[in-house]
Amino acid sequence: MRTDFAFVAVMMLAAVLLMGFALVGASILRPKKPSKAKLETYECGMETVGDAWVQFRVQYYIFALIFVLFDVGGIFLFPFAVAYNSLPLYAIVIVILFILTLLGSLLYAWRKGVLQWD
Amino acid sequence: MTVFEVINNILKIVGDAVAAFIISILGAGGLADFVIMLLAALIICSICAVAFMGLTYAERKIVARIQDRIGPNQAGPYGLLQPIADGIKMFTKEDTTPAEADRWVYNLAPLVIAVFALLTYAVIPFAPGVVGTNLNIGVFYVIAVGSGSTVAILMAGWGSNNKYSLLGAFRTVAQLVGYEVPMLLNVLPVVMLAGSMSLVDIVERQTLSNGGNGIPFILMAPLSALIFLISGIAETGRSPFDLLEAESEIVAGFHVEYSGMKFALFFLGEYVNALAVSIMFTVLFLGGYAGPILPPYVWLLLKVAAVFTLLMWLRGTLPRVRVDQLMSFNWKFLVPMSIVNVILVMVIGKVFVADAVLAQSNGGIAVPPIVQALILFTSSIALLLASLLLVARQARQLRLVEAEDIEKRVAQNKVAAAKVVAQ
Repeated sequence: MRTDFAFVAVMMLAAVLLMGFALVGASILRPKKPSKAKLETYECGMETVGDAWVQFRVQYYIFALIFVLFDVGGIFLFPFAVAYNSLPLYAIVIVILFILTLLGSLLYAWRKGVLQWD
Repeated sequence: MTVFEVINNILKIVGDAVAAFIISILGAGGLADFVIMLLAALIICSICAVAFMGLTYAERKIVARIQDRIGPNQAGPYGLLQPIADGIKMFTKEDTTPAEADRWVYNLAPLVIAVFALLTYAVIPFAPGVVGTNLNIGVFYVIAVGSGSTVAILMAGWGSNNKYSLLGAFRTVAQLVGYEVPMLLNVLPVVMLAGSMSLVDIVERQTLSNGGNGIPFILMAPLSALIFLISGIAETGRSPFDLLEAESEIVAGFHVEYSGMKFALFFLGEYVNALAVSIMFTVLFLGGYAGPILPPYVWLLLKVAAVFTLLMWLRGTLPRVRVDQLMSFNWKFLVPMSIVNVILVMVIGKVFVADAVLAQSNGGIAVPPIVQALILFTSSIALLLASLLLVARQARQLRLVEAEDIEKRVAQNKVAAAKVVAQ
């Protein structure tokens, strides 16, 4: 069990090594002649006005919230799915009620106009 | 052991021999385990890197043919050396970091996306007994690691301090995050039918040898397969869902400011993720390495190649969708349909049980597996047709209302025009 996840850690190490090697190798090989124009932020030739780190639409947050709802709901469903074959019928009815609650929340958000992107 | 068995298990035999050799040098223990794992991990990562080079060539060539172009044809015969030429160019290209950028976030993003893309391959079964690690939560792991690329893209967009980049990153996060929901919900039927989240178990369930019934899950849950493929394409940000790098609107999205090797790593991440989606589709729905006569790894390769060709075909033919269409399609069509599909599979799988013993203990009608598969298949297709009809009707009504509105306005204009003429 522990060694199962150890491989994931080793895989991460290997991936970082390999990709880091590519990055370092490129940084040795490539020319380095920075100039003021090269270091400017790219934007259709004009000088950039202001920072890019600004406030943005609240709708992104709302979508993120709905996503969290469904993701967590989905996570609750997976243990059930693994045990599905040995469960009696009434357990299925209970889970269907749970899923219908999720569906209900989606319909609520829909009716509230949250899903309208404009 | 016959010749066939040797050919079929060649990967496992070679792997075991190398492992035994390392143990004979270092002695059994933690160090030998670590070296073996590191070697396996490095081999998997290198195969991905090589596959990335091959895939860029194949994709450019095939998409070019679809769009009536020739594609790369200068470097080597048939342009076969093009990926190597690209690699050399990427290595030697000057790399600039914008002065305004957040250096740490900016420089870490390509590494993060490449590493998360490669991590998926730790759990994928390539042949019987040939798997990085057989995690008992394999499906979960793949989905979790898959969302790592979202973080990397947001890092790149934010770190560049460029308006195009930030716009691209926001769009991406909204898209990737949204399409993860149908993906999650459509893996659920497969997990239910297989009774396990381990990818190895899921593949074994679709083979004839170890306790499986030889029916690939695409026949039992065709709707899930379809939605999984669509959301998989959206998750990797490929055309027609490539809003995150819409060249005509936001130049290149989150990677405008990147060049050289860092850009190459983004490219690698994208292709390795697309390959991971085709492999996951193969493993979950097409039976992974299961197949007659040919060796298992050849079957896996053939199936993955077929799925990836489908992805290229879609890329070559379909135009890009609009951002509001993209969000509506996900939240108003795919997600509700997936939820209904999950309930459908749940109920049918409990009423028509393929296992006679379970049918006795839990209630339900015992049927042969093939009959259960047939019932599941028909009901899924029926659900798909019903939802398509529903959407078509809705769209027709909308169009009618719009047409009526236009007619009304035309009539009003005519009256107004007549008044003007009379005056």
